[in-house]
Amino acid sequence: MVCAWNSSWGNKGVSMKNSVEVKNISFSYGKTEILNDLSLDIKEGEFMVLLGPSGCGKTTLLNCIAGLLDLTDGQIWIEDDNVTWKEPKDRHIGMVFQSYALYPSMTVEKNLSFGLRMMGTAKDLINEKIKKAANLLQINELLKRKPSQLSGGQRQRVAIGRALVRDAKVFLFDEPLSNLDAKLRAELRYEIKKLHRDLSNTMIYVTHDQIEAMTLADRISVMKDGLIQQLDTPKQIYNKPANLFVAGFIGSPSMNFLNAKFKKSNQNIIVGNKQIDISKYENINKLINDQEVVFGIRPENINIEKNENSIQCKVELVEPMGADTLVWTSFEGNPISIRLEGSSNFNLNDEISISFDINKSSIFDSKSEERI
Amino acid sequence: MSTIPKGPRPKHLTVGRIGLYCFIIMCALFFLMPLYVMIITSLKDMDEIRAANILNLPKELSFYAWPKAWSQACTGFVCEGLKPGFVNSVKITVPSVIVSVALSALNGYALAFWRFRGAYFFFGLCMFGAFIPYQVMVYPLLKIEDFLGIYSSLPGIILVHTIFGMPILTLIFRNFYASLPIDLFKAARIDGGNFIKIFFYVIIPMSTPITIVAVILQVTGIWNDFLLGLVFAGRDNQPMTVQLNNIVQVDYGVAEYNVDMSATILTSLVPLFVYFISGRWFVRGIAAGAIKG
Repeated sequence: MVCAWNSSWGNKGVSMKNSVEVKNISFSYGKTEILNDLSLDIKEGEFMVLLGPSGCGKTTLLNCIAGLLDLTDGQIWIEDDNVTWKEPKDRHIGMVFQSYALYPSMTVEKNLSFGLRMMGTAKDLINEKIKKAANLLQINELLKRKPSQLSGGQRQRVAIGRALVRDAKVFLFDEPLSNLDAKLRAELRYEIKKLHRDLSNTMIYVTHDQIEAMTLADRISVMKDGLIQQLDTPKQIYNKPANLFVAGFIGSPSMNFLNAKFKKSNQNIIVGNKQIDISKYENINKLINDQEVVFGIRPENINIEKNENSIQCKVELVEPMGADTLVWTSFEGNPISIRLEGSSNFNLNDEISISFDINKSSIFDSKSEERI
Repeated sequence: MSTIPKGPRPKHLTVGRIGLYCFIIMCALFFLMPLYVMIITSLKDMDEIRAANILNLPKELSFYAWPKAWSQACTGFVCEGLKPGFVNSVKITVPSVIVSVALSALNGYALAFWRFRGAYFFFGLCMFGAFIPYQVMVYPLLKIEDFLGIYSSLPGIILVHTIFGMPILTLIFRNFYASLPIDLFKAARIDGGNFIKIFFYVIIPMSTPITIVAVILQVTGIWNDFLLGLVFAGRDNQPMTVQLNNIVQVDYGVAEYNVDMSATILTSLVPLFVYFISGRWFVRGIAAGAIKG
C-alpha cells in the first residue's frame, strides 16, 4: 500500500516515529475469525481513523490495541514497548466509548479522578489535573453532578476528560459521537479536532461515519471483513479510492458507477449504446482492449455545460440540500446523481447535457474490483 | 348528543372493568381471610374459642395469648416461649444472609465480566444446583458437617444456608451484571481497576436494587426455613420456626389456639415486615433483571 506523505499533514506533532504498531495480529471469537494477520503502524501524534461498516472488525481492532481482548496471534507495540500481554491499565492509553461508560454512582469529579485514585496519585495533583481537563472541556460547572444529570454531549465531554486526566499517550475513541444528535455531533467533532491540535497526542478513532473520518483524520484506514482496504490520507482516499468498496463507501451522495467495456482503438469506454472518451485518464496505459471495467465518477465531477462530448439526459428527481442541489438523471438505464450549486433551478423532465471530468474519475477492473 | 373528540379520551366504567375489580377484591378477601381468623382468634380467650364461632369478632378483647406466646409457652420441656427462638433465628439469619449475598455477588460478577475458561460450565452447574430439591442433599451434608465437626452448631447451620442460597443468588447477580453495559467494565479496566477494585468501586455501588432482591429472598427463605434448622442447628440454636412447631404440636394438655395463633403471627412478622418496607425495591429489582437480562 502506498503511503502518501504530503503537505496536508498540518499537525505539528506528527513525526516519523511510530506510536502504535500492530504486528500481524489475528483475533477470533471461537471459530469465527474477525482479524487475520493484520498489521498497522500509527505515527506519533497522528490522528488515525478506522473506518468501515459494522462488523468489519474495526472495534475489535481497537479493543485489541486497548488490551480488552486477548489476541489469537501477533503483537501490539505502544511507544516502543511490547504490550501484547500487558493489562489495559499499563498501556498508557485512554479510551472513550460510544455509550460514554461513565460510572453512574460517582459524580463527574469522581469519574474524572477514578483512574488517578486507582493509581494512588496524590490528592493535590489529582485536583490540579481535574481542573486542567475541566477547563479544557468546559465542564467546570458540572463537576459535582452525577452522570444521570448530564445531557449526552456533556456526558461525552466528561468521558473525554476521563481519558485526558490520565495523561494517556494514546487516545482510543470507539464511535464516541454515534449516540449524539447531528448538531452535537458536529460540535464535538470540532472539539475533538481542536483537542488533537492542542495536545497532539496519538489518537485512534473508530467510526462508521465517513464525514467524521474525512474531517478528523490524518490518515484513514478503510476496513472491510477484517482487512484494511486502503490506508491513506482522506484526500487520497476520496480522490483515488483503491477499490470499488472504498469508492462506494466514501462520499455522500456516493460515487456513480457505470459498467463499461474499454476499446483501445479510440480510447473510449462503451456504456450501453454510448461512448465516453477517457483518453485523459491517468492510467489509461494500463487498460487493455475489451477489458470489462467499472467507471466511477463522483456527483460533483459531472458538468452540465454543453460541449462536443456532452450527452443529453432528462432530469428525473431533484433533491435540494441547501448548499448543493442533487439532480438525478439516468444514463443508459443507470441512475446517476449530479451535484450542482444550491442556487440552480431544475424541474422534472428538463433536458440537460452532461459530461464527465475524466481527470477526477476512477476506473476499476470488473473482476478484481481494484482501481486501475 | 355527540361531543366532538378533543383532549383526553373520557374514561368509561365498562362491565369488564367492574367484573375485574370484583374478581380482584374477592381474591384479596380470600387471601386475607386466614389472617383475619388468626388475628381475631389470638385476641379471644379459650372459652370463646371453644364456642366455635371462628369468624365472629371477639366479644371481649383478651391480650394474654401474646405475651404468653412470646415468653411463657412451652416448647417441649422448657417454657420460655418463642423469645429464645427469635434470638436464634436472628443469629442464624443475619450472618447467613450477609455471607451468601456477598459471595454470590462476587461470583455473579466474576461470571458476568471475567469470562474465564469454563465459565459457562460453572454457570450451568449453578443452574443445576438451583433446581435440585435440597432434601436430597440433607443426609450427605449432615455426614460432611459431622466429619468437619460443625454439625449441630451455629456455624454449621450458617454454612448450610449459605451453600443452599448461593446457586440461585449467583444466577440472579450474574444476570443483573450481564445487563449492565460492558463498556463500564472496560472503562474501569483501562482506568486501572483490578478484579477486586472494580468490584468494590464500580460494581457494588450499582448493585443496590439486585442486592435488595437477594436480601429479601434470603431473609424470608432462611427465616421461614424449618427442615434445615431442625436438622443442622442443634438443640441450642433451634430457630423460631422449629420452636413454633413445638408449641403448636402438643401431644398432651390443652391446645391453646389463641397462643398458637399469636405465636404464628409473631414468627411471620419478620418476613412480612421485610416485604412491606421493600416491596417497591423488590419489584424494581426483579423488573430490572427481567427486562434487560
